[in-house]
Amino acid sequence: MKYQSQSVAKLYFIAAIGLFVGQILFGLVMGLQYVVGDFLFPEIPFNVARMVHTNLLIVWLLFGFMGSAYYLVPEEAERELVAPWLAKLMFWIFLAAGAATIVGYLLLSYSDLAKLTQDDLLPTMGREFLEQPTITKLGIVVVALAFLFSIGMTILKGRKTVVNLVLLIGLTGLAVFFLFSFYNPENLVLDKYYWWWVVHLWVEGVWELILGSILAFILIKTTGVDREVIEKWLYVIIAMTLITGLIGTGHHYYWIGTPAFWQWWGSIFSAMEPIPFFMMTIFAFNMVNRRRRNHPNKAAVLWALGTAVMAFLGAGVWGFLHTLAPVNYYTHGTQITAAHGHMAFYGAYVMIVLAMISYAMPMLRGRRAANSPRSQVLEMWSFWLMTVSMVFITLFLTGAGILQTYLQRYSDQPLDFMTVQDKISLFYWLRELAGAVFLIGLVIYVVSFFAGTDEPEVAEKVEVDA
Amino acid sequence: MSETFTKSMARNIFYGGSVFFFLLFLALTFASHQEFPKRDNHEALTPIVAKGKRVWETHDCIGCHTLLGEGAYFAPELGNVYKRFGNSTEAIKAFIKSRPVDGVPGRRSMPQFNLSDEELEAVAQFLKYASGIKTVRSWPPNIKG
Ligand code: HEM
Ligand code: HEM
Ligand SMILES: [Fe+2]
Repeated sequence: MKYQSQSVAKLYFIAAIGLFVGQILFGLVMGLQYVVGDFLFPEIPFNVARMVHTNLLIVWLLFGFMGSAYYLVPEEAERELVAPWLAKLMFWIFLAAGAATIVGYLLLSYSDLAKLTQDDLLPTMGREFLEQPTITKLGIVVVALAFLFSIGMTILKGRKTVVNLVLLIGLTGLAVFFLFSFYNPENLVLDKYYWWWVVHLWVEGVWELILGSILAFILIKTTGVDREVIEKWLYVIIAMTLITGLIGTGHHYYWIGTPAFWQWWGSIFSAMEPIPFFMMTIFAFNMVNRRRRNHPNKAAVLWALGTAVMAFLGAGVWGFLHTLAPVNYYTHGTQITAAHGHMAFYGAYVMIVLAMISYAMPMLRGRRAANSPRSQVLEMWSFWLMTVSMVFITLFLTGAGILQTYLQRYSDQPLDFMTVQDKISLFYWLRELAGAVFLIGLVIYVVSFFAGTDEPEVAEKVEVDA
Repeated sequence: MSETFTKSMARNIFYGGSVFFFLLFLALTFASHQEFPKRDNHEALTPIVAKGKRVWETHDCIGCHTLLGEGAYFAPELGNVYKRFGNSTEAIKAFIKSRPVDGVPGRRSMPQFNLSDEELEAVAQFLKYASGIKTVRSWPPNIKG
């Protein structure tokens, strides 16, 4: 760690991991409710478990992005963070707001929560992923503004690198598109149209800039490859992201009362969305192969390569699977969507945050560059357990989705939704099993932070003129 | 990547491409707005439907159901439930009203929301309105949703 103020990142990372554990526990609750319908009913209905699961995911990823920025920006800008006290204050505000919201979901009925928080004044609640009370959303805006201020000023006053610039554009876009969550017209078609400006333009737009810049930073640090080369790649990747991903929003405008021309625009542009993800894979492997140093933090390099592969599989391959309008006609809103959502979020955003935590945490905890071999071995075990079980979760949901699509929508005698759910319950049991293995992986991940803390790290082996 | 392709070329593609395609996206959005009135069933958007949307939202129905294919996949599609229930708002109301408080042993069950008569009527009218939205190819593929 070169700058004292980078240390605020540690708070953000610890909170992120804690909330991640919560997210997975509620995922398992829902997974069980899928097959044992009355599990925890009526205390924790499915919709409540679901909002806890998805909102914790989003919030911990945001903690992860912010922590990454607080670590990476000073190092790139070559100066201390502007107003580190603000970063600390915002951490506590964000954590308190997040915790209060989750507690509200669990202790109150959702309609009481809406009443309590005066949702009628500015109705924004009750839409997927945007379930937070309006007051929480306003809190998020305040936190985001303060965050952008301290990051932005640090970048402005320091060395300007492409990594910092791209990160700043991505984070600014994240805040700007979130503002559409306050637009909730009575007209359902309009409501849905602009809802995607938050959801799609986040994950297939500005978040990819954040992903790209963090990945570039880790690769610069761990491979020692010339910054010029890495920055050129970064520009090309994010160019392809926005060139394909903006109009690619059209893959959500097929069946919601939007005009038919989106069938073409959406299909063609979103079919190209895998390109930037594929480039990311090539990029990461290329840089690691051309490395000028063998960084002692093997785990961080593994996460970085892992995210490049899994993001391509989850977003690129599983996205392409159902993105063409004639296919999406049958798969829209089925378990195929859930399969893709899981692997894409995990591969792209969970893994990049874990890669950054893996890279930065040893330094934040006072080590020179890496954890002890014992800790790294555990971390790499957790990598494989979580990643392989996520692959299985995706495969089981895909199996469920193919059957569901056929039985409910494609066959000559289409069956009722609930009848079909019963018929495919075996796949849901298998998904739950894979989910349990995921949890074991996550526990090992947490344990790895406490293992071998007093053992030395391995020294870096310098590559002899590669 | 080849040496003749420089970083500043890459940067220009990023800025130029992003701005161009963002503007194109805005143009398509503008074109969509021209067509919305033909499809969005706004004629049916009465105050009671608007209230129904609030009932829909404040009970987080989307947390279990899909509506026009978006939402959760735990419970049936509701964009066409009005048609599935024989074009009857009464049938929708009766269903919502009769959910058992303690669920059904071993099975998925919808919560009992204790809606008032006015709320029940509003949410049923909202679902009727939703079923009148003209989706391309009349999605969903069949009445099962
Ligand atoms: C990291 C990037 C991505 C993430 C995190 C992601 C995540 C998601 C999620 C969570 C949904 C479900 C939204 C809902 O609840 O309605 C979804 C839907 C969808 N995604 Fe992605 N996605 C990503 C990239 C892509 C890409 C690159 C493609 C296309 C190549 C794609 C194609 C689709 C399609 C077509 C749907 C709609 C599915 C339906 O009709 O039900 N996604 N995505
Ligand atoms: C490990 C065990 C997990 C289980 C059992 C699980 C289970 C579930 C279930 C049952 C749903 C609701 C599907 C529905 O609406 O019917 C869901 C939604 C979701 N989960 Fe998980 N989950 C797990 C892990 C994860 C992880 C690690 C991530 C992130 C990488 C994640 C991200 C999501 C997202 C984005 C959605 C919304 C999907 C959509 O709208 O299409 N889950 N999960
Ligand atoms: Fe999308």
